[in-house]
Amino acid sequence: MKPQEYIRKRFFPHLWCAGCGHGTVLNALLRSVDELEISKEDIVMVSGIGCSARMAGYADFHTMHTLHGRALAFATGVKMSRPELQLLVPMGDGDALAIGGNHFLHAARRNIDMTAIILNNRIYGMTGGQFSPLSGAGISATTAPWTSIDPAFDAMKLAQAAGASFAARTTTFHVHELQKYFTRAIQHKGFSVVEVFSQCPTYFGRKNKAGEAPEMLQTFKDSTAKLGSKQLEENPQLIPRGIFVEQEKREYGEAYAQLCEQAREQRSPKRRYGKEAPRC
Amino acid sequence: MGSQKWQILIESGWCKSCGICVAFCPVKAIVLNVEGKAMAAKEGRCTGCTLCERLCPDLAIQIQSLEATA
Repeated sequence: MKPQEYIRKRFFPHLWCAGCGHGTVLNALLRSVDELEISKEDIVMVSGIGCSARMAGYADFHTMHTLHGRALAFATGVKMSRPELQLLVPMGDGDALAIGGNHFLHAARRNIDMTAIILNNRIYGMTGGQFSPLSGAGISATTAPWTSIDPAFDAMKLAQAAGASFAARTTTFHVHELQKYFTRAIQHKGFSVVEVFSQCPTYFGRKNKAGEAPEMLQTFKDSTAKLGSKQLEENPQLIPRGIFVEQEKREYGEAYAQLCEQAREQRSPKRRYGKEAPRC
Repeated sequence: MGSQKWQILIESGWCKSCGICVAFCPVKAIVLNVEGKAMAAKEGRCTGCTLCERLCPDLAIQIQSLEATA
């Protein structure tokens, strides 16, 4: 099936700018869902605020468009009450790591089973091109006319340090890799982070003379290299792409279910009063 | 066009003329028409690699096999 089967066609053409990479991310994500043959009814997409958050309006799953930076908190609530559902949480770089930085750290620490997608275009596009914590030093933005002096977060290191059990990075140029990582991330039991470099020709491109969408995609190709590749070894200044961490770790929902079971057994009225235990 | 194996279907109303498909098609089968919209110019060249439909940020391109429908 084609990704067009998974979208709400009545909202198309979408509102993203010409050449915006977010559509490519949606495209790959829908292909991955199709590949995994997950029913639309079993997926919940929760988003916050920003260009990336509009994705929840276009995907034909159960969707929630929530507060800026708080998508992971809402998603945690959904997952705790309905653990059988598959959670997809698309976030922008600012949404995930500035406004929602704390939620990101703690969702990763708990290792709750969901797929967090960071659509990293290194700028706040919807509000007019302000720099974000992933812009990095030397980047021009409307709030940094003389370029930013703030160093950028490394989302992969941050995710690993906070406890995420799956973390991968790729770009909108590497579309096959993108679909593959989404598939791996969705299959992974635990908190999975997929960081995708996505082009914003309207703000990041114009402010930084990075060209139009095709040139920006070419830059993604030229400035990144696969983890463990010879190319990366020879040019350590290239940005690594690949799966940074993939490990089995106790998942939060399972731990909670176990704890509930234990509590039910120990505190059951049957044990205490010789009656049948009520369902908790 | 007996040798044509693939059909490039383009939803013109969704195309925003970003030019990604034109720039990255390995066989240069797509061009922008006078309105600036993507158009299949040399469908006979298409190898069905699906790169354009995967890269298209507007989900406006679909590659269909002509052999499967024949």
